[in-house]
Amino acid sequence: MNKTLPKWADVLLIPLLNLFLALFISGLVVLFIGKDPIEAVKVMIQGAFGKYGIGYTLYYTTNFIFTGLAVAVAFHARLFNIGGEGQAGLGGVGVALILMSFNWPHWTIAILAASIAAFVFGAAWAAIPAYLQAKRGSHIVITTIMFNLIGSALINYLLVGPMKAPGMAPETPHFPPGASIPTLHDFFGLFGIAFDKNSPANISIFIALAALVFVYILIWKTRIGYEIRAFGHSEKAAVYAGISPLKITMIAMLISGGLAGLLAVNTVQGEAERLILDTVQGAGFVGIAVSLMGRNHPIGVLLAAFLFGILYQGGGELSFAMGIPREMIVVIQALVIMFTGSLENIVRIPVERLFARFGKGEA
Amino acid sequence: MELLQLMDSAVRLATPLLLAALAGLYSERSGIFDIGLEGKMLMGAFVAGAFSAVAGMPVADGGWGWTHGMAWFGLFMAIIVSVMLSLIHGFASITLRGNQLISGVAINFFAAGTTVLVGQEWFHSGGMTPTLKDNQRFEPITLPFADAVKDVPVLGPIYSDLISGHNIIVYIALAAVPVTWWILFRTRFGLRLRAVGENPAAVDTAGISVIKQRYAAVIIAGVLCGVAGAYLSLGTSAAGFVKDMSAGKGFIALAALIFAKWQPRGVLMAALLFGFLEAIGNKYQSVDLGLFVIPVQFMQALPYILTVVILAGFIGKAVPPAAGGEPYVKER
Amino acid sequence: MTVETQNRGRSETAAPVAPAIELIGVSKSFGPVQANKDISMTVARGAIHGIVGENGAGKSTLMSILYGFYKADAGVIKINGIETEITDSHAAIAAGIGMVHQHFMLVEPFTVLENVIMGAEDGPLLRPSLAKARKVLTQLAKEYELEVDPDAIVGDLSVGFQQRVEILKALYREADILILDEPTGVLTPAEADHLFRILENLKAQGKTIVLITHKLREIMAVTDTVSVMRRGEMTATVKTADTSPSELADLMVGRHVLLEVDKQPANPGEVFLEVKNLSAIDHQGVEKLKNISFNLRAGEILGVAGVAGNGQSDLLEILGGISPATNGEVLVKGDPIDLSRKASAAHRRDRGIGHVPEDRHQRGLVMAFQTWENTPFGYHNRPQFRKPMGLANQKAMLDDAKAKIEKFDIRPTSPFLPASSYSGGNQQKIVIAREIDANPDILLVGQPTRGVDIGAIEFIHKQIIGLRDAGKAVLLVSVELDEILALSDRIIVMFDGTIQGERRPDETNEQELGMLMAGMNPEEAQ
Repeated sequence: MNKTLPKWADVLLIPLLNLFLALFISGLVVLFIGKDPIEAVKVMIQGAFGKYGIGYTLYYTTNFIFTGLAVAVAFHARLFNIGGEGQAGLGGVGVALILMSFNWPHWTIAILAASIAAFVFGAAWAAIPAYLQAKRGSHIVITTIMFNLIGSALINYLLVGPMKAPGMAPETPHFPPGASIPTLHDFFGLFGIAFDKNSPANISIFIALAALVFVYILIWKTRIGYEIRAFGHSEKAAVYAGISPLKITMIAMLISGGLAGLLAVNTVQGEAERLILDTVQGAGFVGIAVSLMGRNHPIGVLLAAFLFGILYQGGGELSFAMGIPREMIVVIQALVIMFTGSLENIVRIPVERLFARFGKGEA
Repeated sequence: MELLQLMDSAVRLATPLLLAALAGLYSERSGIFDIGLEGKMLMGAFVAGAFSAVAGMPVADGGWGWTHGMAWFGLFMAIIVSVMLSLIHGFASITLRGNQLISGVAINFFAAGTTVLVGQEWFHSGGMTPTLKDNQRFEPITLPFADAVKDVPVLGPIYSDLISGHNIIVYIALAAVPVTWWILFRTRFGLRLRAVGENPAAVDTAGISVIKQRYAAVIIAGVLCGVAGAYLSLGTSAAGFVKDMSAGKGFIALAALIFAKWQPRGVLMAALLFGFLEAIGNKYQSVDLGLFVIPVQFMQALPYILTVVILAGFIGKAVPPAAGGEPYVKER
Repeated sequence: MTVETQNRGRSETAAPVAPAIELIGVSKSFGPVQANKDISMTVARGAIHGIVGENGAGKSTLMSILYGFYKADAGVIKINGIETEITDSHAAIAAGIGMVHQHFMLVEPFTVLENVIMGAEDGPLLRPSLAKARKVLTQLAKEYELEVDPDAIVGDLSVGFQQRVEILKALYREADILILDEPTGVLTPAEADHLFRILENLKAQGKTIVLITHKLREIMAVTDTVSVMRRGEMTATVKTADTSPSELADLMVGRHVLLEVDKQPANPGEVFLEVKNLSAIDHQGVEKLKNISFNLRAGEILGVAGVAGNGQSDLLEILGGISPATNGEVLVKGDPIDLSRKASAAHRRDRGIGHVPEDRHQRGLVMAFQTWENTPFGYHNRPQFRKPMGLANQKAMLDDAKAKIEKFDIRPTSPFLPASSYSGGNQQKIVIAREIDANPDILLVGQPTRGVDIGAIEFIHKQIIGLRDAGKAVLLVSVELDEILALSDRIIVMFDGTIQGERRPDETNEQELGMLMAGMNPEEAQ
């Protein structure tokens, strides 16, 4: 009855207005630290789309698709997974363990094995918070944050202890050569398209795109997705319909953690080719902003991930060109979460009023 | 003697947890989840450190050249800024009825980003403030007779080492526990605060503004987080602000609050417990158990692991305020 | 809007007796729905005034306006002859209005005293207020038969006592006008009688009372005057002595309705459901069901009567596979069903048990789901809705929804509307359509017509009887005695988790059932 907004306004207009507000205030922050926001935007766009930048932009985009989808799947079950950081980190451990264990005859097998390992390890790291939420009612927001911190300590331990390569640096040995996957330079080279040789972007971006399709089908076309959405809207109704909260919480979080874990295929197998400290670099948290902005829908996640890819790559340029620290991106991310998440009504309420008035005039 | 040192260090480490958990107590008792304790504390730490640093910096270096009251000024500014963040959270969750968890998360990121951003801009040292000295910090206070009774067996060292010799914020935090209890259970304000977290409609129909009551709670939470933050940068051996120095304490405080079943005295106990664990982790970098050695990373992760264990409810089941996390909407 | 205190209180001296309440042209809309249309009403001082009307007639909205919970779009409110603007509850209290809400406005973990003083404290410290309230409560208890332990935790009190706390709250605030919204809905007949005595006492002290109800019996028993509301309008105000229940019913509904339901005598067959010594303890350790046993046969409707909260909901949830039982056995066509924590509603459906839940908003429907998603809800893993690889057969779901919309006359007819955009009656039709069309052997039905308009009630009742006549078994839980009496072939009455008695509808009456509902045994009472 109280649906006053047409669908396009709901899915497009309001997010865009909120995004605009977030970016506007980010501009004010830039002004506050005495820099020129217009100049900053120019630097960022040039940095993100330049010959060298675009590869990095796509590399970050790949990360954010994975973590954004991770958060989105959990959100559909009304679970707030802030643990993407830890799950992706553990995904890296899985990738490293499997890739170091064999001599890989071909990269296609290696990437498949690495993906499975990344998914399983990421899912495993989400499993305990999920189980505690479903069985003990432990607040999943706090437990997943704790698991980020515990995960970071664990990886730290592994890299200075059992998995450490000889030498000073806390890292594993390089993976065997067969584990190396083609970069986008290699890939586009097949078609005679020039692409920056030094960029970290690699073919795991196609896994990310496949994950988008997978999540779309999962949520809107499968029976499990139907149950996840029902549970997310109303737990009581779900129980009435014979849907097990434990099962749905576990499935949603395992898939969520697994998707976050897949990030490691991009960063650990694709880029570093060994496990190093902090491979995730906050991408798990960016996933929250990406999912909120993208309305938990794969298409939205894709667009939002690309936007944040631009921000991350362009934001890196800011510190070189203008001396604005990288943390500027964290601020933008915070503002995007705020305006597309908790402060969403700041735009929605006036827009709904406008439409109500406009609608009345028509009727 | 070793135990005394551990306990002394536990009290210091418990102080920010205690303040933050009390902040959470006011907020959650009024029905507003506050996952942004962490961010407010971090912001408070930075603002306190930055303003104290600038105020105490010689005029020649671009500072204000104060010699007294810099720490207090830093504390004051920390409270102001922390309350501003609280008001954003209040606006999002009370006025706009937005998602309280998301709002808190956003505030945490906002604090993590801006502290480094502004810190770098002001001090050009990777987001850190300059090292704070003398009146830029809160110095330990020696309580009366601490030296005199030092040699009395048992009680002497307890008084002079454990009870005496902390800075003013530690004592403020400890005093805040009975004060909070008194406010909550003995005053009109406390009665209404508790009621609004349990059944806001009852408060509304009793002719009291739910919105004002919740804003008041959220502002108190801001004040306490500001103090907690100021303690981190002005009252510990860090002697200044360091990037991400809150290090998850805001979240541990939330766990302590749940552990404490939203009771002030329980909060004190829980904070001391976490402080004690952290003290052990700091003191014994790795523990040799003969058969194997517990690595340092495990000791560091111990408070986080314990937090999970507590949240899992293996230590008693806690019932949160009934209306927690839900925006108040008049029913049709 | 200052209120002159001398006008308040039990002043028999106020010579020109202005009416206690006077409403002139009050209107209120929620979006497109007009809840109150141009309502005018006068309530004399010291009277008990009833307001009757169906669910959704606008009674509660009108009283919420009077209590400052909503602001009227238009109209004037005069209290004791003085035009008063009631902007919020605070202003209503200041004007001497007290309200006992249908859903109590109490803070359950608080004591009675704390609840009473909240919002009416005398200063920033609690101690003096608590002491004063203790004295006043003792006084009020004597005056009005309103005894309550001031130090009891409200959550531990029975609903009858909780209601007394609500009345005490209003009196503590020196209310002269007391509004009670459906006060007997959760009370046993004995508790209701006690309440009416309290109201008489209050009236004797010069208080004005507005009683909102949809129960005509109560109106006839206690009120002096009565106003009837229908679809947001006030259709009549009459002296109670000059009217009759059937006249009021006509005024309420606007056409003559027969409460009788057209049905043939039952033709019970084999036992479909056998409940043996069923007990349940909830997670707080409260005994909800105590050793319940009964049978349900094919082709009969077994009515479960009782005041809300006496174990009926728990019975439905256990049989529906939602919550576990602690003890006992349930046989469906002779085979036991799983009563443990592992039980699931899905298994129950596989065993031929359908369930129309008491709360369709929270359980029966996913309000955000569109109708084609809600119609297979709970049956979505059945073969007809499956496709390989875990996919859902969305075309089958849509076709199924269209068929049900047609067959059960669900309006609007689009399968793509979310459940939240239907009226209560049509929402319930979606649930009924789903559960009856699945062709269960046993149908559990909870409060089938709560919040449902008259037209849909008839339709739903016919569907339930149709299922019975098709040889199925129906377990009907309802707090509406009329509904129980009209539909059931046998009636069991629940009280405090036990079965207090069993009756046949043609051999009993509301009075007898009422005594059973109150935990009394009519034979012994005679």
